[in-house]
Amino acid sequence: MIPATEVQALLLAAFPGADIELSDLTGTQDHYQVRIVSDAFEGKPMLQQHRLVYAALGNAMQGPIHALALQTYTPAAFAGLQGDS
Amino acid sequence: MDATLRDRIQSTVDSKKVVLFMKGNKNFPQCGFSAQVVSILKQKGVEFLDVNILADPELRNGLKEFSNWPTFPQLYVGGQLVGGCDIITGMNESGELDKVLG
Repeated sequence: MIPATEVQALLLAAFPGADIELSDLTGTQDHYQVRIVSDAFEGKPMLQQHRLVYAALGNAMQGPIHALALQTYTPAAFAGLQGDS
Repeated sequence: MDATLRDRIQSTVDSKKVVLFMKGNKNFPQCGFSAQVVSILKQKGVEFLDVNILADPELRNGLKEFSNWPTFPQLYVGGQLVGGCDIITGMNESGELDKVLG
């Protein structure tokens, strides 16, 4: 378990200025879903983008967080997505 | 990681074109994320080797380091990590997965 505020802080520290939308899927502080829009992902394949997020969360991924549904976007990719709806 | 474990993982990854390291097996997935990837692969009619990491703690821990990836499922195609559930789902929707599997 890890409070959402802590997850958010870890992510913001690694991706300054990112647009982060975090939700606790089960209300138990261990199953999270997060969408991160950051220019840190620019030019990186998806696998690499997710690795950056896992690295930012560090030890939190080694037990405190049981499951993490992850969506990463560059600002351009996210803007394109919005255009579809 | 010791060399024996690394070799064991490498030969598993190389044993088939598509290898899924998952919680449970393809008939009885024990996690929603694993179940979702199994269902995508079944839908594609892809033949794949399923490896239950819950039955093998040494493999489970070794894979996190081997793949530089902390979660399961992990899908390997042609000896390369393609990704976890979110990436596979995204690639399935974009059509990219067919290219990788093709």
